[in-house]
Amino acid sequence: MSNITLKVNGRMHTLDVDPSTPLLYILRNDLGLQGPRFGCGLGQCGACTVIINGAATRSCITPASTVKGEITTLEGLAKGGKLHPLQQAWIDEQVPQCGFCQNGQIMTAKVLLDRHPNPTDAQIREGMNRTLCRCMTYYRIQAAIRRGAKMLSDAKAASKKEVVA
Amino acid sequence: MTTFTNIPKQIEEELEKWNVTPSRRNFLKSAGLLVVSFSATGTDPLITLASAQAPAGSQGAGPYHDPDFRQLDSWIVIHEDNTATFYVGKTDCGQGTGTSFRQLMSDELDIAYDKTTCIMGSTDITVDQGGSGGSTAMERDAWPMRRAAAEARRMLLEMGSERLGVPVNQLAVNAGVITVKTDPSKSVTYGQLVGGKRFNVALTGSDINAVTGVAKVKPVQEHKIVGQSPQRYDIPAKVDGSLKWAVDVKLPGMVHARNVKPPVAGAKLAGIDESSVRDMPGFIKVVSKGNYVAVVCEREEQAIKAAKQLKVNWEKPATAPFPSSEDLFKYMRSATPTSSSKPILVGNPDSAFSGAAQLVEAEYDVPFQGHTAISPAHALADPSNGQMTVYSNDMKSYGMRRGVATFLNMPQEQVRVVWMEGPQGFGRTAADDAGCEAAYIAKEIGRPVRMQWTREEETAWDTKGPAFAMKVRGALDAQGNLVAYDYNALAADYNHVGYNEPDTVLIAQLMGIRRATPAAGSAATPSEMYAIPHRRMTSHVVSLPVVWETPVRTGNLRDPNGPQATFASESFIDELAAAAKADPFEFRMKLLTASTDDDRTFRRARSIACLKAVAETYGWDRRSSPKARGAGNILTGRGIAYAFRGQTVVAEIAEVEVDRRTGHVWVKRLVCAHDCGLVVNPVSLRHTVECAMLHSLSRALHEEVQFDTEKVTSVDWNSYPTLTHADVPARIDVVLVNGDPNPNRPDLPPYGAGETACKPMLAAVANAIHDATGVRIRRVPFRDARVLAALKTGRA
Repeated sequence: MSNITLKVNGRMHTLDVDPSTPLLYILRNDLGLQGPRFGCGLGQCGACTVIINGAATRSCITPASTVKGEITTLEGLAKGGKLHPLQQAWIDEQVPQCGFCQNGQIMTAKVLLDRHPNPTDAQIREGMNRTLCRCMTYYRIQAAIRRGAKMLSDAKAASKKEVVA
Repeated sequence: MTTFTNIPKQIEEELEKWNVTPSRRNFLKSAGLLVVSFSATGTDPLITLASAQAPAGSQGAGPYHDPDFRQLDSWIVIHEDNTATFYVGKTDCGQGTGTSFRQLMSDELDIAYDKTTCIMGSTDITVDQGGSGGSTAMERDAWPMRRAAAEARRMLLEMGSERLGVPVNQLAVNAGVITVKTDPSKSVTYGQLVGGKRFNVALTGSDINAVTGVAKVKPVQEHKIVGQSPQRYDIPAKVDGSLKWAVDVKLPGMVHARNVKPPVAGAKLAGIDESSVRDMPGFIKVVSKGNYVAVVCEREEQAIKAAKQLKVNWEKPATAPFPSSEDLFKYMRSATPTSSSKPILVGNPDSAFSGAAQLVEAEYDVPFQGHTAISPAHALADPSNGQMTVYSNDMKSYGMRRGVATFLNMPQEQVRVVWMEGPQGFGRTAADDAGCEAAYIAKEIGRPVRMQWTREEETAWDTKGPAFAMKVRGALDAQGNLVAYDYNALAADYNHVGYNEPDTVLIAQLMGIRRATPAAGSAATPSEMYAIPHRRMTSHVVSLPVVWETPVRTGNLRDPNGPQATFASESFIDELAAAAKADPFEFRMKLLTASTDDDRTFRRARSIACLKAVAETYGWDRRSSPKARGAGNILTGRGIAYAFRGQTVVAEIAEVEVDRRTGHVWVKRLVCAHDCGLVVNPVSLRHTVECAMLHSLSRALHEEVQFDTEKVTSVDWNSYPTLTHADVPARIDVVLVNGDPNPNRPDLPPYGAGETACKPMLAAVANAIHDATGVRIRRVPFRDARVLAALKTGRA
């Protein structure tokens, strides 16, 4: 056991844990952040995805001691009590069935849109491809990503207009 | 406190609480998201009311009596602020059934949808409707809910009549407000009449499905909320991370358990070297009995490590427990069946075959396929105060309660199952097994135990849909009419496990507990309404050499047996159409219109309506298959298939692109025409149908449980591939059909919709591949290598 310090959703935490512990268990069991989920422990399904330094990262295979940089979890996406546009798009499209994998879908899509604000269908398929859903909500996820991209670009255009005005 | 004896304690408490804190604000607060919180010093968690499924009441407050389904108060509570809570004995596997129950009950009660909440599936709070299964939510289980709500409305009108001093027939009711028709200024709300109080009304009915009051349910034409698409209430908390699931529950003093499974099927435990883990941080105990082994540690990552590190000696069985998956179908075809169904016989098929102009014959194989839930099985069991509470996503929470009580030899009143959301159900998942394991270990060590399976364990050891080997023969006359048909199926389904059975759950098997006679299992015959003058259909079950303590075990997988049987039957109809040089749509229509006989739900007429709707929506041009093979690398084609499940009818069309260089199949477009009678929530239904089609598309393209002769080798998402984002069709159309001959009848019932769309997809894709390439694939799944080999040899 040793002390490690993590910055998660803007807050610093110092914990006394085995440094090889995968980040997922610390987030879920010690910090009470249960948006990220255990799906495989092998980095194959994406249910555990968090964002570290802008990259979609599979927390189930990331030893806590190797994390350098700020972690964002699903709980940290909403700002000022307002859902991230992607989360809103997920509700508008009524995406989830069981919903268990949707943490990974939303977090992976967030990073995809950060990189490709107006993704092509091919970029969506490629960017999301290793994020699995056993309810097979993929068709709606892809629709929600397109909707979210439009909401984000509309918001950006609106804020530019405000600046100009 | 009022003494109530026969309605759930939690409802009594809810009523009591309401009397103390009658503000809407407090109600909304308590109806918010599930919070499992703890007193600073106590060991019992206080669980406050949750979004839709959460129980109240404190842990250890047993015994837990069965809620009385013949009491109206067990189903509906009206609050003083004119809101209502519905309590239903159902669970939701992710298809939004709770929202639909609220719609149906709100309509019958005459209350606004957004003034209601729905609590589901926890055994001490909600009446026993069995949880989920068989797509019965709307078709069967919503009826007692609707009748209870109608009865509540009738009682409220009687109370309103007394309060307002006018006869019931002079009252109008809308959104929970009763008004005098001639003087709308005179009104009273439901909340004013019965808010926070009991109805004290007995219902009748020989069993829960027959529950009724005096009132009748409304005709379809009077529905205001049914047929609309309110957004699912469970979704916001699933996208902002605030929902607490069964996998998220934490209790004070909780510890973590992991199983150590036998490395090969049928292995015997020869010894455990506990010293291999004793000094590990957090180690608590190795729990073992018979061939069952688990380790328990303080922290989750410690339990994971200890389970890997524990040294266990296993003795391999003397003989191989099963043939390898490569040899499976050869094995099945040479095995002596353990049981055979009585043949379904129409006319005289043997003489019809002998006089036929053309004979067609084919064999089809479908491998074992898994549930492979996205979340491996899990449960948390709390043994405090001599009771046993299991927090589980199990779709049959009531069955789990009975199973755990029997397995642990505890009175049922001391056991409850708190149902919370989990990964999709799809039938009998390993949630059943994990629940019994958590409860057993919790009882052994006297602390709350969280059991969590690994991905490898889930993929290898969860129950499988049975493998099928089928042979179909058909005879055409000189005009290309199908005159004789012979279907024969073998299913490797012996010892098909049921739900939460204390003598078939894995922990029981591994401990040496097993029933004397394994379940017979079943195969299936086709589900279509074709009029074929001479027909014979038989089905048989075969057994693998070892049926206990084996990862190759079968259980219900979404539309059990349906996709397998329909893969053969609807592929074969296409083969017959091709032999007759007929258009596959028209060939089917001819078989459906060859008779005018129909059944009580008009499935023949509704089959015709669905086939027409799917062809029209797709833009089906009439021609025979296959089409002339194109010159380019990408070959395109379309395939059609249809089936019913129960009373629900679906027809589907798949359009494919086949890459002739790689064998890769992309299903570019899907169309489904779906008739499940009364539609409660169209958006929710469409989504369920889309996902059911894609689930079967995954089974068509990717899924196969592989094994050598002693263990399952499909153990993760690489070795058990599933559909991915890259596979998703560019376009999916779902057409909701009402093919009832009297589509506006006031008693149009809803039929089940959770599984039927799974059924025809394998055949629709195989038929499309044939149309594109001229090659018939008769073995599932259609992975690139198999399709490429077939393209090269011209055979599958």
